[in-house]
Amino acid sequence: MTAAVWNWSEIIPALPEVFLAVSAMVLLVLGACQKNGGLKLIGTLSVAALAVAMVLTLKADWTPVTVFSGQFLSDGFSSYMKILVLGGLIATIMLSMRYLVQENMGRFEYPVLILLAGVGMMIMLSANSFLSLYVGLELQSLSLYVLAAIRRDDAKSSEAGLKYFVLGALASGMLLFGISLVYGYVGAVGFDAVADTLAAATAEGTVAPGAIIGMVFILVAIAFKVSAVPFHMWTPDVYEGAPTSVTALFAIVPKVAAIGLLMRLLFDPFVSLMPDWQQVVWFLSAASMAWGGFAGIVQGNIKRLFAYSSIGNIGFALVGIVAGTADGVAASILYMTIYMIMTAGTFGIIMMMRRNGVAVERITDLAGLSKTHPACAYAMTALMFSMSGIPPLAGFFGKLVVFQALIASGFYVLAVLGLVSSVVAAYYYLRIIKVMFFDEAEAPLDRESAPMRTLVLTLSIIFIAGFVLVPETLMHTSQEAAAVLLPAND
Amino acid sequence: MLDIGLSHYLTLAAVLFTIGVFGIFLNRKNVIIILMSIEMMLLSVNINFVAFSSFLEDLSGQVFTMFVLTVAAAEAAIGLAILVVFFRNKGSIAVDDISTLKG
Repeated sequence: MTAAVWNWSEIIPALPEVFLAVSAMVLLVLGACQKNGGLKLIGTLSVAALAVAMVLTLKADWTPVTVFSGQFLSDGFSSYMKILVLGGLIATIMLSMRYLVQENMGRFEYPVLILLAGVGMMIMLSANSFLSLYVGLELQSLSLYVLAAIRRDDAKSSEAGLKYFVLGALASGMLLFGISLVYGYVGAVGFDAVADTLAAATAEGTVAPGAIIGMVFILVAIAFKVSAVPFHMWTPDVYEGAPTSVTALFAIVPKVAAIGLLMRLLFDPFVSLMPDWQQVVWFLSAASMAWGGFAGIVQGNIKRLFAYSSIGNIGFALVGIVAGTADGVAASILYMTIYMIMTAGTFGIIMMMRRNGVAVERITDLAGLSKTHPACAYAMTALMFSMSGIPPLAGFFGKLVVFQALIASGFYVLAVLGLVSSVVAAYYYLRIIKVMFFDEAEAPLDRESAPMRTLVLTLSIIFIAGFVLVPETLMHTSQEAAAVLLPAND
Repeated sequence: MLDIGLSHYLTLAAVLFTIGVFGIFLNRKNVIIILMSIEMMLLSVNINFVAFSSFLEDLSGQVFTMFVLTVAAAEAAIGLAILVVFFRNKGSIAVDDISTLKG
């Protein structure tokens, strides 16, 4: 506990969050004063605000510091994950501006809600107590529920919003029930106090079963948020029903934040219960990889397909957590980074799919793309090869490092399961390539120039192709971030 | 005379929480009932927090309850807003009509 006297210097570690929250509110007022929607102005300013928050995070002191009576923690791990989240948010806003105007949903609330979700995710990643975790998670979720239903005149979008809301609220209920049990049986809500008490209880062999049940409830709730099997039911429906720009956001950003939060929980307050949670995460990971691979095969809608792809990818990211070592966490962080950048590029292509001014989303609509839009077809080919993990593209290294960490920890069964699912998933990635290059098109897709979207796509391609040349920088950074979380194993 | 102890509160909260979860999954009629079930889950958690807080003589549980109540209000507002949008598009709030998207 810090001193009860409020000290203004406490705000400095939380400066990016405070800045982003204030700019979201200012932009909300500014947008309400604009006559004609004001999407362009507010969108540009939102990107600027996110960029400033990113610079503030980059320039901040990364030594661990706890403020606000132990509620808020800023360290190398949280700062690295925050930079990922902010980068993902900037990419999604840049990808979606043109789409919003084309689909007649260009309202200024859209970027403001994204900013608020961003504040929530940053608070999640910086949480140092279950209270700030809960508030951050809810701020994020409530903004995302509204975003899923933002297309008010579309039945599918509102249905997606309703489904996401009901299942998300169920997950929040589970989270709270788990937190209340942990609070009751451990006697604290701060992560440090929980970690100390649990470590002492583990050493004496007197861990209360209630605390373990509480932890499992919390794990289930986070599994809902990252859409790990068997808590993935909402994902395909919400991805299909929500507007494509929102689907892109869902696929790219909240998962990174939730995986970051999961790592923080498992390796900070619950680290002494590792044998207990390892079994749960083992199962979540194996089920997600397998179901993400097999269920994706039969999908005809490309947004639904990428919902299953994201379920599978979360399974691979969880593999690194199962390993339970600093190397595993570093691998998981690297995997999420690469996954996020690949997905941003892929959704750049999906948002391009329009025929006669109408957005199309069947996989067969991509037929003949190699003849009508060769550049897009080759970009998509690179992305799909990378997603299926074919060297020398970035996606291969993501999978390589997580499996290396897993083998080093001796989980051979899970490694075999993962490799098999990866081969199965390669089928649907390669099928997209086959459709683009070998099927005849009924009618070509529209040609349009969207400079911002092309920029995101180009950067994504440069990253996945160039990663093999300079892998050390990113690998080193992710290892440093993981070392902050697991200092003992360093 | 029966003393009411911590375990009674915990049992009550667990029963209410279970009813809430089952209310979400078993109800085939009306989305409003789902919203009520969600509220019930959150409030049963509050009973847990207050009971533990009193038992442990520690205030953070009660502070947590205040936060949960506030967030639950925001959550209900957003849920009802989404429900109104859904009703405008579909003309119904029956659970069986939430079925356009299937997997």
